[in-house]
Amino acid sequence: MSQLALKVKVGKLESLTETPTHYCAGCEHGTLTRLIAATIDDLGIREKTVMIDSVGCSVLACNYLNFDHVVAAHGRAPAVAAGLKHVRPELTVFTVQGDGDAASIGLLELIYAAKRATPITIFLVNNAIYGMTGGQMAPTTLEGQVTSTTPFGRDAHLTGTELDVAKLISGMDGASYVKRVSLAVQELSSERGKVYTIKHLLEAKKSVENAFKVQAHGGFAFVELLSTCSINWKMSVLDSKRFVYDQMVKKFPLGLYKDSFGVEKE
Amino acid sequence: MEKKRVYLKGNEALAYGALEAGLNAYFAYPITPSSEIPETLAKEFGNKKYPDYKFFLQSASELEAINMVIGAASGGARAMTATSSPGFSLKQEGLSYAAAMELPFLIADICRSGPGLGNLGPEQSDYFQATKGGGHGDYHLLVLAPATVQEMALFPRIGFDLAFKYRNPVLILGDAFTGQIKEDVEFPEFTPDQYDTSSWATTGAKGRPPHIINSLELDYEKHFKHIGRIFEKYMNAEANDVRFEEYRTEDAETIIVAFGIVSRIARGVVNKLRSRGIRVGLFRPITLWPFPKTQLKKLASEGRRFIVVELNTGQMLEDVKLAVGDSVTVDFLGKWGGIVPTEAEIESKVTRLEVAAV
Repeated sequence: MSQLALKVKVGKLESLTETPTHYCAGCEHGTLTRLIAATIDDLGIREKTVMIDSVGCSVLACNYLNFDHVVAAHGRAPAVAAGLKHVRPELTVFTVQGDGDAASIGLLELIYAAKRATPITIFLVNNAIYGMTGGQMAPTTLEGQVTSTTPFGRDAHLTGTELDVAKLISGMDGASYVKRVSLAVQELSSERGKVYTIKHLLEAKKSVENAFKVQAHGGFAFVELLSTCSINWKMSVLDSKRFVYDQMVKKFPLGLYKDSFGVEKE
Repeated sequence: MEKKRVYLKGNEALAYGALEAGLNAYFAYPITPSSEIPETLAKEFGNKKYPDYKFFLQSASELEAINMVIGAASGGARAMTATSSPGFSLKQEGLSYAAAMELPFLIADICRSGPGLGNLGPEQSDYFQATKGGGHGDYHLLVLAPATVQEMALFPRIGFDLAFKYRNPVLILGDAFTGQIKEDVEFPEFTPDQYDTSSWATTGAKGRPPHIINSLELDYEKHFKHIGRIFEKYMNAEANDVRFEEYRTEDAETIIVAFGIVSRIARGVVNKLRSRGIRVGLFRPITLWPFPKTQLKKLASEGRRFIVVELNTGQMLEDVKLAVGDSVTVDFLGKWGGIVPTEAEIESKVTRLEVAAV
């Protein structure tokens, strides 16, 4: 744990621009942006990295991450990433996508990128809602969860239950690395009262790094990152973090689903 | 493929033409009557004759294919896909994005009968979708309309040149006939131009600021300027890259306006009627966008009559009318549903117009 902690750089990163992010207070998109920047710096691959931005809250990442970007249409980022990677195999190509983008409108693109073992890296930010469009039901919205299009709670009889994307992708034989982590800080009870741990963040940082390593090995890597959306969930930031650990992890268990190259042990 | 005369289907010729033009990557989705294009390119993958040809993949959907083309084009590659009408509808999303992202690539639409599934016969009913943008927002594709298998073979060269010149997708609009007929083709010696993509391609930000290929611009003033600049490119294309063919129009009183396969039927009609002393000619747009409106306007100002013949209910007809104005006679003969007009039908249309004019 302390070794891991040392690996997260503070201060200026080469892979981060000076532009302030537009992310809402308490949102983990900014956290992921910084984890990616730190990892790309650590791996020394900034000059050969291209991010494929998706439609959703990550669409403005091209303003924050200091390398080449292609901004894809809604759901199509894995296809754009595949097209680029196949003609420029020397590049590190990755996407950051939301649950609406990757698990709803772009599910075909995601599944086939995994099925074909396309050597790209995909980060799925699962906050159980459409954030950018104002809080509508996502494929990952929990049963009973209130959103602007499920004002009486998600009705599983009509809309099905939440989609477990990590499980789905781990079923693709072409996927080499599948992991689900959380980007939210966790509240714990201790003798001294409430404490907050960032152990999940450190695990996320390790997973981001591993996902890039898998691409370097020629494999398809997928990391799902549980996140909050306190604005659209209509909760306080702290209640949002609690919701992740009280509710979301029950439907979306954290952990390693697949690691064909054994990068977790490296 | 040897540099000699070969006997090929139009779709096969288009595939070989793309290879000769230095194709790097092809992303496929099968649909009749265009499938010989991906079949030929799958077969030729790995052929040492085409060292630039680095990648072929059959995608899971038309959307996936066009977005893979977008990714490959972002990396500066010569990328291509092809489809037919129902698939061309699905491509529109990608084409709209690509025009805004200023990405150069080639797409072919081997037009069949529509709307909906229609049938597998030839139509030119994708004309509006091809020339007016087709997807959302303000943009154009540059559209080439081949009439022969030989042109199917040669237009990919012109297409890639135009695509990289303007950084815009270029469409080759064929039809079930130009795709399926077999004719003799020649592939003249050709060395593809090298295009400089270093100022924009996403190849890794080494020793330069990042390249960002993006269609999103939230600042209204900046977006206004961006689209304005794209339309300046289109005005340049209209000024410099209009292509058309005139056949026996010098002294023609009646001019048949037709593109693609229909222009070949019309050419036969011109020859027949000329032998009977009727002064008729053919005007054939080769670029459907930019449309040769200036040339048509000039012919109209000289007092000619026009008959537009198309495999649809009257789409290019609108562009011809816009070009020539209200004071000129513009008649129309359309066939659709997979049916092509016979020479006799066009002849009778021309002669009736001649009689009416007397």
